[in-house]
Amino acid sequence: MAKNSAKDIEVKAFATHHVITQPNPLRKVLRRVEEKDLDDPIGRAEQALAGLSGEFKSWMTTEVNRLSTAYVAIRNDGFTKERRDELFHAAHDIKGDAATFGFPAAAGVAESLCRIIEHAPDLEKVPAELFTHHINAILAIVHENTKLDSISVSAELSRRLRKVADDYLADVNRDRPEHLEVILAPSIVPAE
Amino acid sequence: MFRIDFNKLRFLVCDDNPHMRRILRTLLHSFGAREVYEAEDGATALEMYSHYVPDIVITDWAMPIFDGLELAQMIRQPDSKGNPYAPIIMLTGHSEKRRVTVARDAGVTEFLAKPISAKGLYQRILNVVASPRPFIKTKTYFGPDRRRNTNSAYMGPERRVGEKHEVLQQPSLLDKARSTI
Repeated sequence: MAKNSAKDIEVKAFATHHVITQPNPLRKVLRRVEEKDLDDPIGRAEQALAGLSGEFKSWMTTEVNRLSTAYVAIRNDGFTKERRDELFHAAHDIKGDAATFGFPAAAGVAESLCRIIEHAPDLEKVPAELFTHHINAILAIVHENTKLDSISVSAELSRRLRKVADDYLADVNRDRPEHLEVILAPSIVPAE
Repeated sequence: MFRIDFNKLRFLVCDDNPHMRRILRTLLHSFGAREVYEAEDGATALEMYSHYVPDIVITDWAMPIFDGLELAQMIRQPDSKGNPYAPIIMLTGHSEKRRVTVARDAGVTEFLAKPISAKGLYQRILNVVASPRPFIKTKTYFGPDRRRNTNSAYMGPERRVGEKHEVLQQPSLLDKARSTI
């Protein structure tokens, strides 16, 4: 179903480009229905996601253990491209997953850690505390976040670490405008 | 009112993180999809793309072997024997504007920044099903039209040469259907 035959594809040539149009190959899956026949796929999916939520803490623990292991390897044996990539991917996965798993503050800290790894000109020169504070914060948020009163503390911790990391990155990138521009640019993800 | 028959759609999901694949599978099955194929790296995804001919690809960016960006570029080969036109939804933890631009220039159809939500995913799928954009082929690009807003008054350096005919509108099914109400 996904592909039209060649005869259905219309190509118009212009001086610098071609515009290619074709009948929508997915048109058959869109149906007009009466309001009474509308179901609620989004609500159904949210319910299914809620059904998975019992596993989120264990998934999150797996993710933070991976991050921790990646950093231990670097602390013991220094940075290599592979170890740097593993640390970045572990942090990047937490950045993407943690909010879905119910740990938004951990996502914020992981994002800050990703920015350090991505934009520090020399990772060997980054103060070790900057890494350990981020990683310890993520571990603490995941292990302590079951208590309601710790949620605002987690969010505050996340904000402060981001500020420290941003100040550091702005300083070490003061002569690298292309990095500075990215560091200072707003995220496309709307704020909470 | 419109409904997508998800049970007629075939999805290919590519993410190296098994938790995210599980979430995506759960969401797609809840929407009604039956055929959801999964790959954990770009190379496997490309192989599955040729084999299963999915209607919609949902891919992460950062992955081993080759990443989601390279996967998109390999799918968008205008002279390939496979289908270079399938909608590609990039689902990623990257959330910087420049990343959106890079993904767009690789031929990605829709960009969805994590954290994932049922609503966000559904809306991206609805967009690619109901409002496909024409494809543009230039010396350096092949993929869905990168211009979502058509401004006939624009005369800047990025304007395509071809005067008034250069931007062809493809009315969306939703707009068409609405106009008949």
